[in-house]
Amino acid sequence: MTQAMRIEGGMIDRERTLAFSWNGRWMTGYQGDTLASALLANGERLVGRSFKYHRPRGIFSSGSEEPSALVQLRDGAAQEPNTRATTVELFDGLIATSQNHRGPLAFDLMAVNDLLSPFLSAGFYYKTFMWPKAFWERVYEPLIRASAGLGRLPMQPDPDAYDHGFLHCDLLVVGAGPAGLSAALAASRTGLRVILADEDFVPGGRLNAETHEVDGQAGADWAAAATAELTASDRVRLMTRTTVFGAFDHGTYGALERRTDHLADAEGRPRQVLWRIYSRRALLAAGATERSIAFGNNDRPGIMLAGAVRAYANRFGVAPGRNVAVFTNNDDGLRTAEDLGGKGIEVSAVVDARRGNVVVDTIGRGGIRAIRLGDGRRVEADCLAVSGGWSPNVHLTCHHRGRPAWNAEIVGFVPGGELPPGMCVAGAANGTMTLAATIREGHEAAAGLAEDLGAKGSPGTPAKAVDEGFAASPFWQVTGLRKRAWVDLQNDVTTKDVRQSHQEGFRSVEHLKRYTTLGMATDQGRTANVLGLALMAEAAGKSIEETGTTIFRPPYTPVAIGAFGGRARGRHFRPFRLTPSHKWAEENGADFVEAGMWLRAQWFRQPGEKGWRDSVDREASQVRRSVGVCDVTTLGKIDIQGRDAAEFLNRVYANAFLKLPVGKVRYGLMLREDGICYDDGTTARLAETRFVMTTTTANAVLVFRNLEFARQCLWPDLDVHLISTTDGWAQFAVAGPNSRALLSKVVDDLDLSNDAFPFMACAECSVFGGTPARLFRISFSGELAYEIAVPARYGDSMIRALMKAGEAFDAVPYGTEALGVLRIEKGHVAGNEITGQTTARMLGLGGMLSRSKDAIGLKLSGREAMNADDGMCLAGFRPVDRSVILTAGAHFLNTGDPADMAHDQGWMTSVAYSPELGTSVGLGFLKRGKERIGETVRAYSPVRDQDILVEVCSPHHVDPDGVRQRG
Amino acid sequence: MIINHPLLGPRDSAEFVVLGDACLIDRPDGMNATFEELHDYAYVRDNPAGEHRELWYHEQGDRSWLVVTRSTLTHEVIKVDLARDVARARGRSR
Repeated sequence: MTQAMRIEGGMIDRERTLAFSWNGRWMTGYQGDTLASALLANGERLVGRSFKYHRPRGIFSSGSEEPSALVQLRDGAAQEPNTRATTVELFDGLIATSQNHRGPLAFDLMAVNDLLSPFLSAGFYYKTFMWPKAFWERVYEPLIRASAGLGRLPMQPDPDAYDHGFLHCDLLVVGAGPAGLSAALAASRTGLRVILADEDFVPGGRLNAETHEVDGQAGADWAAAATAELTASDRVRLMTRTTVFGAFDHGTYGALERRTDHLADAEGRPRQVLWRIYSRRALLAAGATERSIAFGNNDRPGIMLAGAVRAYANRFGVAPGRNVAVFTNNDDGLRTAEDLGGKGIEVSAVVDARRGNVVVDTIGRGGIRAIRLGDGRRVEADCLAVSGGWSPNVHLTCHHRGRPAWNAEIVGFVPGGELPPGMCVAGAANGTMTLAATIREGHEAAAGLAEDLGAKGSPGTPAKAVDEGFAASPFWQVTGLRKRAWVDLQNDVTTKDVRQSHQEGFRSVEHLKRYTTLGMATDQGRTANVLGLALMAEAAGKSIEETGTTIFRPPYTPVAIGAFGGRARGRHFRPFRLTPSHKWAEENGADFVEAGMWLRAQWFRQPGEKGWRDSVDREASQVRRSVGVCDVTTLGKIDIQGRDAAEFLNRVYANAFLKLPVGKVRYGLMLREDGICYDDGTTARLAETRFVMTTTTANAVLVFRNLEFARQCLWPDLDVHLISTTDGWAQFAVAGPNSRALLSKVVDDLDLSNDAFPFMACAECSVFGGTPARLFRISFSGELAYEIAVPARYGDSMIRALMKAGEAFDAVPYGTEALGVLRIEKGHVAGNEITGQTTARMLGLGGMLSRSKDAIGLKLSGREAMNADDGMCLAGFRPVDRSVILTAGAHFLNTGDPADMAHDQGWMTSVAYSPELGTSVGLGFLKRGKERIGETVRAYSPVRDQDILVEVCSPHHVDPDGVRQRG
Repeated sequence: MIINHPLLGPRDSAEFVVLGDACLIDRPDGMNATFEELHDYAYVRDNPAGEHRELWYHEQGDRSWLVVTRSTLTHEVIKVDLARDVARARGRSR
C-alpha cells in the first residue's frame, strides 16, 4: 500500500520519501509529515486503545493537544511511551508501535472492559475494591497494576543526553502563529532583542493549516516570508520545536527545545535542551485549541477535530477520509466543508447544531463508517469532522494562580484576573478569534511593549488580512442519548461520569476532576476540560462562570524528567572533589569513600590483606608504633584577618580566644544560638591580626556562611575579613612517635624540639628547601603529631616526598577508617557525637564554655534543662566479653531493667576495634556517665539482634593523661 | 526569582541561600539579655502572608548577606539592601 490517502498540495517534500515502521510494517511518508499525517496517508485509522475501556482510537487532532494517538516511539533503551503521533516529526527509519492492548491492536483482549463499562464508571475504584479486605493486596492491587498505564518503559537507562541552557531577551513571544509572527516582526523592527518560540517545526501556526490569505499571498507563504525576515535579524532568536511550558517568577520562562527528536541519529548531540529564558516582557500568542461535542460513540477512529481535518488536507496533503461529514456548532466548522470540497474530497453531510441538527450516534467497530442523525437518518462517512468551538490557550496566563474569565461571545475562557507581571496576550489566546484582528493585535501589543521598554525603531505596519466569520454557540452535548458520549478521550470519561459525579456530591470542579479523572491524563484535558465544565454547569443548573476552572499548572505539555535532570546524572548528580594526594593514593591501593563533598582514602590495601580490617588495624597500629601520614586537606580552612579578628573569634567560639598567643593553636567549640554544639576545630594564630580556622569537612560551607552572617549582620563594624582557603592548602597529618623525626627531614630550619615547638604550637615555615608551608602541632590520634600544609599545587609532590622521607621509619599512609579508630581510642568527639542534638556538657566539654563573655549560643547553653545533673554524658565502653564486637546505635539499659524507652540510659555513638587494646571499644552517651566508670550496663540493639554487657570506662581508652601528644 | 543585588545587579535566586526573617539581625547582647529575650531571638520568627523582610546570602556570588523585602504571596521583590547597611541603620556596630 503506498499512501493511498495522499492528495495534492501541502507543505511536504515529495522528493524526499521516508520509510517508517508501524507495528512492524514498513510504510512511507514524506519530509514534512508528522507520524500522524503519514499514518493517515497510509490509511491507518486505528492507532491505539483507550485507557480504561480499551476502545479503538484514532488520530483526533493535529497538535500537542492529542488525547488518543499515543504511541510507543523508537526501540531499545531509547524508546519513549505515550508519544503523541501528531507531534512526532517523521524521519527515515522511525519505528513506532501502538500501545495499551493485549494481542493485536485490532483484537485487543482487554476490550472486554468495554462490555464491563457499567461497572467501571467514575469512582469504581472506591466502591468496587472495598471488600473483602484480604483481596486488596493479593487480587485487586496486582490486577490494577497490570492494567494501569498506557505505554511501557524500556526499563533501561536513558541513553540520551539532555542539556540546560539560559537565554536573555527583551521580549519573549510564545507561539509563532499569525499573532506571534506579527508581534515578533514589529518588535524586532523597533530594535528589541526577541525570542520567538513555537512548539511546531514550521512557524506559522494555523496559517499553515488554513487557506487564509495574508498581504495578498497564501497565509503559509506569508508565514515563510516573515520567518525569513526574522531569521535574518541578529536581534531575533527563532526557536522552533520549542515549547514554553511554564511562566515562573520575574519574567523567567521554562522552555523545552527538542533538538534531535526528529533525527534518525542524534550523532551524540543532546536530545533536548531545557531553557531558562529571562525576559523583560513576554507576549503570549499561543493560539487556541478546538474542542469536541458530546454525542453517542463520539470516540471512534475517524472522528477528528475539524481544524485537524483541515490541517491534514491543507498542510500535509492527506485526505482524512474519502467521505467526510462535518458536525459543528460554529462557523469555523463550515470552513472544513469548503476546504475539503476544494481538495476534491466528498463531503457527505454538514450537520450544524445551531440549526437543530445533531449527530446522535456513529457506526463502525474499528473506525467510523456512518453516522446517525437526530432525525434517524443514516449518512455514510469514513471521517467525521467535529468542531465544538475553540478554547484560547490561556495556560501560561494562569501559572501565577490567575483565573481565566468566561467570554460568552466566543464561548470560551479568556485571560482574566492578574497576569504574570510583564506578560501580555494577543491573538486567539486572548480570545481574538479572527485573522486580521489577530495580526493587528500581535503587532500593536509588540509596538506597545517596545515603547514601554524605550525601543526607538518603527514597528512598521501590520500585515493585511480579512476577518473570517466566527459565530460560536454554546452547544455542548446531544441530549437524550442511549449511547455513551465521551468528554475526555484519554482518560475515558463520559457524560454519564460527569452527571454521576454531580449526583454523588462531587460538585466543585476540583472534585469533579479528581473523582472522574477528567483532564488528569497526559494531555491535561486540553480538548476536554471546557466541555466537562460546561456539562457540570448544566447538571448543577449554574453558569460556566460560576462553575469556574481547575488550576492550570506547569508544564503546558509533558517534559521528560531527563530534561529536568540535564547532565546531573550518575556521577555528575553530585560531583566530588579530589584531594591533592588522590592520584598518589590511587597508585597505592586506596579504597575511597565520599566525605562531605570529597572523595577520601578510606584505607590502603596491601598485598595479602584479606579484608578492610586487616588494612585498618595495620595502619592504626603503625601510627601508634612509628608514624603515619593522612591527607586532611578536606577540613575546612578559613583565613581570618583584621584588627578585630581575635575579638571576632571570641564571639563565635564558645570558649575563650581573646588571649590566644601568636604561634599557638587552640581547640574551639562552636554553638548554634540555641546552645547546641554544631562544629569544632582548631584555630591557629599566625600573627597578631591573622588566624587560620579549621572546621569539620562536612560543615565547612555552613561555618563560613555563619561567620559571614556574624560579620555582616551582627557586628558590621568589626575590622575582620574572611576567605575560605580550603582548596588553597594541601594539608597532611603526620602522627606517631616518629613524626618529629620524620618532619625534621622535611622542614627547613625550624627547631622542632618539645621546648621550641611544644604541643599546640604553630608556625609558618618552609619545606624541602624553600617550599612555603605551615606547621601545626595538633593531634587527633593522641600521639605526638603534626599537621603540615603546603600550597595545594605542591600536594602531590608533598605526599610523595613525605612518604619517601618516612621510609626510614616504615611510615604508612592511613585513611579515614584508621583515623576513626585512633580518635575513638583517644576519646575525641566527631560527627557521630556532634550530631546537632548534643550540648558541650554532654560531650564532656562543658568546662570549656566561657561564662565571662557573650558568644553565639552561650546564653542559651546555660538553660536549666540542658544542665540537669542526670543528663547524658560522654563515656567509654568495652565489652565484658572482650571478644565481642560492639554495635553503634545500641541503647544502654541497667541490668535487670526491661528493654523499653522508659528505662533507656543512653546510646552508643561510635565503635571501633582497637588494635592497641585488642578489643572492641566504644564511645557513647550515658546518663551521669562520668560518675559511672566501672559499672556494667546492657548494650541492647534489637536492630542488630545484640544484647550484651559492657563496662563503662573513661572515653579516653588510650593515654588518658595525654602524655604522648605532649611528648 | 530574580534578586536585584545592590552591588551586582539582577541575579537569579539560585545563586543565593535564604535564611528567613531578617529579625535575626537584632541579636540581643547575651551578657545583658534575659533567657526569654534570647529564646525569642533563637526561636520566634514572623511568617506573614504578604510583605516580609528576609535574609538572603549570595553564596554562589560575592558572599553578601542581603535583606530582601519580598511579598510571600506574589514573590514580588520590593526592596533589596545590604544586610550590613541595615544592621548599621538599626544601631549595630561592633
